[in-house]
Amino acid sequence: MKVGVPQPLIGYTKSDLVEAHGTTIDELVHDLDRQFPGIRFRMVDEQDRLRKHVRIFVNRERVRSLEDPLGDDDEVQILQALSGG
Amino acid sequence: MNQEEVSPPVDAGYLDPGRHAEISPRPGLALLVGTRKGAWILRPDATRSNWTTDGPIFFGNVVHHFVLDPRDRRTLLIAARAGHLGPTVFRSTDGGQNWQEATRPPAFHKAEAGQRARSVDQVFFLAPGHASEPDVWYAGSAPEGLFRSEDGGLHWHSVDGWNEHANYWDWSEDPDGETTPDGSPLHSIQIDPRDPAHLYLATSGGGVFESTDRGQDWAPLNRGVEANFLPDPYPEIGQDTHCLEQHPAAPDVLYQQSHCGIYRIDRPATDWVRIGDNMPSEIGDIGFPIGLHPRDPDCAWVFPMDGTDVWPRTSPGGKPAVYRTRDGGKSWERKDQGFPREQAWLTVKRQCMAVDNCESVGVYLGTTNGDVWASNDEGERWQCIAPHLPHVFSLECADFAE
Repeated sequence: MKVGVPQPLIGYTKSDLVEAHGTTIDELVHDLDRQFPGIRFRMVDEQDRLRKHVRIFVNRERVRSLEDPLGDDDEVQILQALSGG
Repeated sequence: MNQEEVSPPVDAGYLDPGRHAEISPRPGLALLVGTRKGAWILRPDATRSNWTTDGPIFFGNVVHHFVLDPRDRRTLLIAARAGHLGPTVFRSTDGGQNWQEATRPPAFHKAEAGQRARSVDQVFFLAPGHASEPDVWYAGSAPEGLFRSEDGGLHWHSVDGWNEHANYWDWSEDPDGETTPDGSPLHSIQIDPRDPAHLYLATSGGGVFESTDRGQDWAPLNRGVEANFLPDPYPEIGQDTHCLEQHPAAPDVLYQQSHCGIYRIDRPATDWVRIGDNMPSEIGDIGFPIGLHPRDPDCAWVFPMDGTDVWPRTSPGGKPAVYRTRDGGKSWERKDQGFPREQAWLTVKRQCMAVDNCESVGVYLGTTNGDVWASNDEGERWQCIAPHLPHVFSLECADFAE
């Protein structure tokens, strides 16, 4: 499936749109990390919690859990929320 | 620097600050500046009066620490927070031309069911290992974590002797509870130049700890250090150490700038002596960093801050000054020549004082308003050598290989 990548992570993917696979968000993020080593730890901490400023949307609905299921036709967008100065 | 090459004491020429003013510094001398928005490298001319500013490196990233490996004098490590995207370590083996991210950044073990879960919020402190262990580095984090790399900073592993210590939760703050602003860091990792298994570290919620077995076990070393924010003002643990330094040429001598004063200990003594009591009472002995002379264990510099009322943590009275001792803390001299005379409310954080190893020692400060100040004569006269950088988080001297 197509995965939209936010600007701060393009250093890993070199593209704002990549192809990755998984039947859950967790599997998808692991697949991204296999293709682009290090990208997972930018999004998910060592307790498998999504980092505070990382947002993942599936078909424009915000994902709350890494265990949420994914289908082949889903459209995934990763976004970074900015705060502070 | 944490592990400077140990030099035997030289002649007493450093007691005359004018005597060595014209001696050129080492050609590889530089200042590594970590800021809230990236890193910069400052390089001096032969007089250390004029400095060029190179950078930014990792622009926009929060750089908590930026350190040259004194063992090969080429490898650089940066402890960074990539915007909002979590903490990591970057490494360069060619003096900063090319960088590689750690394959396995510092991280706690995944908590088992029922355990409290910790995740590294900031990699806060980097310490090159002992001279006999060329690829070993240590890292300290907020919340209080200790990590070790044995391959030059590419793969980091939990030092379980600290992170999983039976007393960890007594010694550390609860990251989900009330904690130090920006989290409670583990910092000031000191490796005894005589023994790679003998370590010290400090935390902002526990104080100073010592290990004699390469970090497998730890014991507090806080006797005599005040913690006036606790019911027992002299507890075994709970002190707020801002900065701990072990003297590179006299490793039994340690100094600390604590939340509650300036202290010295001469091991094997187990009680700290509050040498800050000898500071002028109108200035007090509150501050964040402390810097040590590379050869004279009785010479140190501090940058006092206002710890009255609600703790403004700025230069007392808006009049910046460094205070220097040359007698191990029995007396202190005010050194303010070159600083603004008034209305200058500088704050210098714990990792923002650096000392070089030139014959006439250079002393350096980085401020939260983004200025780097330098003295090329052991603190006598000060000048701003880099204005308008971002909020400075760390400052280290480096001696690059030619």
